[in-house]
Amino acid sequence: MAMAAVTPLHPRTAPLVRAGTWRRWAGFVVASGYDPHPDREYAAIRSAAALIDISPLYKYRIAGPDAVRLLDRVVTRDVTRCRVDQALYTTWCDGAGKVIDDGMVSRLDDTTFLLTGTTPSLRWLSMNAVGLDVALEDRSAATATLALQGPLSRAVLERVAEDDVASLRYFRLMHTKLAGIPAIVSRTGYTRDLGYELWVDAERAVALWDALMAAGTPDGITPAGIWALDTARIEAGHIMADVDYHSAHLALIESRKSSPFELGLGWTVSPDKGPFNGRRALEAEREARPRWRLVGLEVNRESVERLFAEHGLPPRMPAVPWREGRPVYRLGRQVGYATSGCWSPLLQQAIALAHVRAPYHEPGTRLTVEWTVEHRRRQARARVVPLPFFDPERKRA
Amino acid sequence: MGLTYDAIVIGAGANGLVAAATLGRSGMRVLVVEAGGSTAGQARLHEFAPGFRVPPLRPDPGWLPPPIRSALGLEGPGLERDHPEFPLTVALGPDELFPLPRDPAAAMEVIRRHSPADAERWPDFMTRLRSLAGFLESLYQLPPPDVSARSLQDAWALFRTYRAFRRLGRRGMAELLRTIPMPVAQLAEEWFEAGPLRAAVAAGGVLDYRLGPRAGGTAFILLHHLVGAPPGTIRGRGTWRTGPNAFTEAAGEVARRWSVSVRTGDAVARILVRDHAVRGMVLETGEELHARYVLSTLDPARTLLGLVDPAWLDAELLHAVRNIRFRGCTAVVLYAMDALPGKVGADDASAALAGVLSLTPDMDALERAADAVKYGEVPARPHIELTAPTLHWPWLAPEGKHIVTARVQYVPYRRRDGRPWDAAAGDALADAVGDVIEGFLPGFSNRVLARATLTPADIERRYGLTEGAISHGELALDQILFMRPVPALSRYVTPIDGLYLCGAGTHPGPGVPGGPGWLAARRLLADRR
Amino acid sequence: MSASRYDAIVIGAGHSGLVAAAYLARAGLRTLVLERRPVVGGAAVTEEVFPGFRFSVFSYVVSLLRPEIIRELDLPRHGLRILPLESTFTPLENGDYLVTWADPDETRREVYRHSPRDADALPLFDRLMQQMALAVKPILDMVPPDPTSLAPSDVAGMLRLGKHFRSLGPERFHALYRLLTMSAADFLDEWFEFDPLKATKSASGIIGSFLGPRSPGSAYVLLHHYMGEIDGAFRAWGFQQGGTGAVSEAIASAARAFGAEIRTSAPVARVLVRDGRAYGVALESGDEFEARVVVSGLDPRRTFTELVDPKELPDDLIEAVRRYRFRGSSGKVNLALDGLPDFTCLPGPGPHLRGAISISPSVEYLERAYDDAKYGEFSRSPYMDIVIPSLIDPTMAPTGKHVMSIFVQYAPYHVNGGWTDEKREAFGDAVIDTLSRFAPNLKSLILHRQVLTPADIERITGLSEGSIFQGELALQQLFFLRPAPAWAKYSTPIRGYWQCGSGTHPGGGIMGASGRLAARRILASWG
Ligand SMILES: Cc1cc2nc3c(=O)[nH]c(=O)nc-3n(C[C@H](O)[C@H](O)[C@H](O)COP(=O)(O)OP(=O)(O)OC[C@H]3O[C@@H](n4cnc5c(N)ncnc54)[C@H](O)[C@@H]3O)c2cc1C
Repeated sequence: MAMAAVTPLHPRTAPLVRAGTWRRWAGFVVASGYDPHPDREYAAIRSAAALIDISPLYKYRIAGPDAVRLLDRVVTRDVTRCRVDQALYTTWCDGAGKVIDDGMVSRLDDTTFLLTGTTPSLRWLSMNAVGLDVALEDRSAATATLALQGPLSRAVLERVAEDDVASLRYFRLMHTKLAGIPAIVSRTGYTRDLGYELWVDAERAVALWDALMAAGTPDGITPAGIWALDTARIEAGHIMADVDYHSAHLALIESRKSSPFELGLGWTVSPDKGPFNGRRALEAEREARPRWRLVGLEVNRESVERLFAEHGLPPRMPAVPWREGRPVYRLGRQVGYATSGCWSPLLQQAIALAHVRAPYHEPGTRLTVEWTVEHRRRQARARVVPLPFFDPERKRA
Repeated sequence: MGLTYDAIVIGAGANGLVAAATLGRSGMRVLVVEAGGSTAGQARLHEFAPGFRVPPLRPDPGWLPPPIRSALGLEGPGLERDHPEFPLTVALGPDELFPLPRDPAAAMEVIRRHSPADAERWPDFMTRLRSLAGFLESLYQLPPPDVSARSLQDAWALFRTYRAFRRLGRRGMAELLRTIPMPVAQLAEEWFEAGPLRAAVAAGGVLDYRLGPRAGGTAFILLHHLVGAPPGTIRGRGTWRTGPNAFTEAAGEVARRWSVSVRTGDAVARILVRDHAVRGMVLETGEELHARYVLSTLDPARTLLGLVDPAWLDAELLHAVRNIRFRGCTAVVLYAMDALPGKVGADDASAALAGVLSLTPDMDALERAADAVKYGEVPARPHIELTAPTLHWPWLAPEGKHIVTARVQYVPYRRRDGRPWDAAAGDALADAVGDVIEGFLPGFSNRVLARATLTPADIERRYGLTEGAISHGELALDQILFMRPVPALSRYVTPIDGLYLCGAGTHPGPGVPGGPGWLAARRLLADRR
Repeated sequence: MSASRYDAIVIGAGHSGLVAAAYLARAGLRTLVLERRPVVGGAAVTEEVFPGFRFSVFSYVVSLLRPEIIRELDLPRHGLRILPLESTFTPLENGDYLVTWADPDETRREVYRHSPRDADALPLFDRLMQQMALAVKPILDMVPPDPTSLAPSDVAGMLRLGKHFRSLGPERFHALYRLLTMSAADFLDEWFEFDPLKATKSASGIIGSFLGPRSPGSAYVLLHHYMGEIDGAFRAWGFQQGGTGAVSEAIASAARAFGAEIRTSAPVARVLVRDGRAYGVALESGDEFEARVVVSGLDPRRTFTELVDPKELPDDLIEAVRRYRFRGSSGKVNLALDGLPDFTCLPGPGPHLRGAISISPSVEYLERAYDDAKYGEFSRSPYMDIVIPSLIDPTMAPTGKHVMSIFVQYAPYHVNGGWTDEKREAFGDAVIDTLSRFAPNLKSLILHRQVLTPADIERITGLSEGSIFQGELALQQLFFLRPAPAWAKYSTPIRGYWQCGSGTHPGGGIMGASGRLAARRILASWG
């Protein structure tokens, strides 16, 4: 029985973890937080620059004359329109139009792509590659990924990059050298803030980390763990497989599956592209109104305070993001469930992502969400709001 | 801009012609496109030596469902059948045959020499088999039963199936449910003690199937091939009187009567699809033909993996189609003969050759023959069945000469370690087959004028059958009825609007000429309404 | 009323008989269990075969035991303790190995080493099997309705079954159908490419039957591996502390607590029948006991052709029992060891020894093992499922020593020339020689060995032809056909005479379901 796997950055991240706050992600141990409490790490994402180890992501290199055809038949967005050095956020579905995973397609050159996601996809890609001339390569272990996120991330990056990263536009990528280390820089991220993701050979990952930490000191660069990232991504309204939805490939029962429309990702389903998995089902669904929808919930602060006050307690918000489901009600009847939520330091609000049944997913609808206070299940008032909760201009600027 | 039809049928075998005729009769403009030089599909004659012609693959023309016959008016003297006196004979050694006559009393007489108890059970056994096969007969005239039936038509089919089931009586129903998943070896052992009789029964359960008689589900295969068999027959359903192609000729004639056009020598290169709907096809010549409906008698893998852009199929379906088990395991050796072998002991070899003469006298030998193929090897002692078609149709060979075909099982399609089926390997196989035949029919090889071998690879190439599978997909329990070829395609429709499957790869499968074609065409007509 | 009058007599203290007895006693019936051997448990017994070394002589791992039985009979209070058996270790012929662990991440990494695609397929496959286990569960818990009958209860049962199948939706229904009809190898071929993985998985499909991994029908038993998991009782397979005999002891203890009486060394000679009604049993000793119902926990052959005069039974049934197939194909080798085996491919006493060790290096290996058996020979290189219980439960062997349980296939009951002492030893040698190829130090560790052929299993446990499940788990003898059409609901044509062994629905393994269902039927007709 071997130890749980560690990422290439483990030699740097491990000594920073102060209170044993580890978790498992895709078979790797990664830090939930380096501090016992994620506030400082989160603050770096929103006001300085944060460095986050996201190496456990699955990464596949797809190369060959039919690479476009393969990806185009797998994902819901139109890959034929993806230019070299461009990245697309997309979902991919099974034949019934239910989401298997969401992630990114990046075009490295004319015939080479990188697909990143949160579930293993090699088998699915090869099942789709029947009759196509492509080579599939799992780059998950060979490539380390660092997210450099925050308003000062550009400044940090400029100091180490060989090329003009400042001109890199939103959802574009470039091959360059960072502190002499060959890397791919993509202007993408999970935080909806200004930010980059850096793709580097696993052996050079530690060197890159060191270079960034050194170069970023003046900007207050801070290693951040998953708690901080989770808070930022909930604010950003980004869903997470296994948390906010079940992969159609792994869901034990039908009702656990979701279509892109139900996840609020209908915009990733291209209406005018060639055939792809689930197209017919999705076309039919586009016509009909989805029965479910993933929405944002703003929890009413006073109502939470009141629940605590009843017991003579000061209000307490969860210190770290939560991921256990909570029922959502409308006038006492359950109409949905929240899948993840957090206290948003930025909005000074408790927020959550929730699946809500039609017609209660219209913005402004008043609902309640379960809130356990002093061992009692209570309900806090909440309001449906459009996603994302937070969307600063700087992410595109 | 190419020619335009209502429907184009790919393949002019029995199913293609019946489907075309059925559609033509409803007033549709129908074209049949056939890659071969003539119609008839697997029944096509193969001239393997100058003046010697034979349809190598199907010694048994199968069962023609009566509704097709009456609906299409398939009549005429050509469609009368001749029944050999000895449908099946097992050779026991160089001087002994074990013929199983059609006449029950005569059969009991023969069996009694080996086991009086078996002789007593024979008539009862045949009656039971017939009644179970009779149930399949009613099943095979209907679309596959659909447990999740939603439409009225499906529910009606389900109800009729159930009624036929109940007609078996309580004992019969239990017997049927018990028999279908059984190994044919078990069935043979339960009824009989004599080795040769067991071997005779078992051989019918492994026809073109890659496993041996001890494999579950082989009892079903035996029943499948007995659907429509005349009383007393343990093998085969008699031959068409006028020639091996009598049925396809008749069906072709009916089709033409309904203004169906037939083009031979034209291979389809691609099926055209736009927006999930079929538009027609491109021929290998580059010519485009347009139609709202395309029906393919090619096997499901050829059709969906070979002719259609796979992008139109969801990956799950693609995966399922790729997993259809074809696994051809039959080779054929054709012999042009100066004369037929004469006496074997006291028996007349040519009487046996008018039916099927099996050279495997015991069940273990049959099973052993199947062992090797699992590992991609040709068995040391293959299972061989001989027939002389010239005994029915002398005109297939020059005056006074004969043809003997040897069906050889089990021959792997994929040889161990990826070795190819080249000419040398084919010759080695034929030599091995020749040795076995010579052992039972001494002097056989001296009468051979020429021989030709069709390995599974040759069968694939020549007849366009994936992996050389004459069955269009193994008749295993998970590949029949509503599972044939895969559940999502079992109703003849495909995810591409207007594209239908209508070959033996769909229910009711091989050995029911026109059965799939007829049901598929009717499905199309119902969809059109 | 004589002292030897009971409400119910159960013949045979196999775990099924004990379960039935416990339920009958729990309902207040005066119940007597009569067991031929000096110990209870039948094929689920622990015995000190060599001084200081205790063995689960026959069955060795537990997963199928129905959770409702555990609950209703309160078995944990009577000593049921299942310890986890978390890994499966397959040594390969090329010097490599394959291990699957309880932790899916770890398993993924290990499988990934051999085939990245298979690593992806694993969780999807597990999910399907869980769904299938869920689909089968209600069937295991129901008295099988007879589809040929128009009796209201049968029609209702069939409708319920039909509704259940429809509720699965077409996709799952078709998957279930395929699982019931396909071969394990074909089924797995659609999922995996790494041959040893397929072999190891398919091995669970051939256990106890005379089938190879390529024989249709072998896919169904794959499910057994997943049943325990979905029941939430334990994860996959586990060991009973003190050996599987302790499971039987726990059930026996529960039965006694409910008031049942259990007599060992009390072989029943025949069931006493008068006017088509059973009224008691006669022991071989000549003692007689009377009861309103007599329940046989023996297999169908013994139940219908030995304990009663076949003349009491309709010809149809006798014929069906004659056709019912046993064909034992398994043997068992129990070793007392001086230390732990050292596998060349994964040396040392690592955690891989604490789980199952599977000698199934390739599908072809298994299939060839089957080929030998088809023609009446034991496999020269057999499939083996090995556990070393003393690593989990140290009380099974003296300190520092170990017991090894080797379940072996194939050893045909009808071996050419019959089973003799020489043949038994030759079989034992083949097992040890094969295993030594992977663990060369094995021979030097062996202190004692016990070799059990199907003939021995039959002789000791009474299981006809040594069939471990009281008859093969083949489609043609499952559900309403087990053991015979029209007699699959635990009753027999002799009034007051019932059957409850693994030869009835839902079949073998330490499951207990047939005992419970039989008891329920008996109690329903008690009135
Ligand atoms: C070698 C082997 C390994 C196995 N491994 C496993 C395993 O690991 N896991 C698993 O779940 N299953 C396993 N099994 C299967 C499982 O043990 C059996 O299916 C199950 O124990 C059968 O239980 P039963 O009560 O139905 O029948 P039995 O256990 O056969 O009970 C019948 C009882 O009746 C007694 N008896 C017989 N004749 C008479 C008579 N005339 N009078 C009185 N009593 C009589 C017998 O002595 C016996 O105690 C294995 C079986 C064997 C043989």
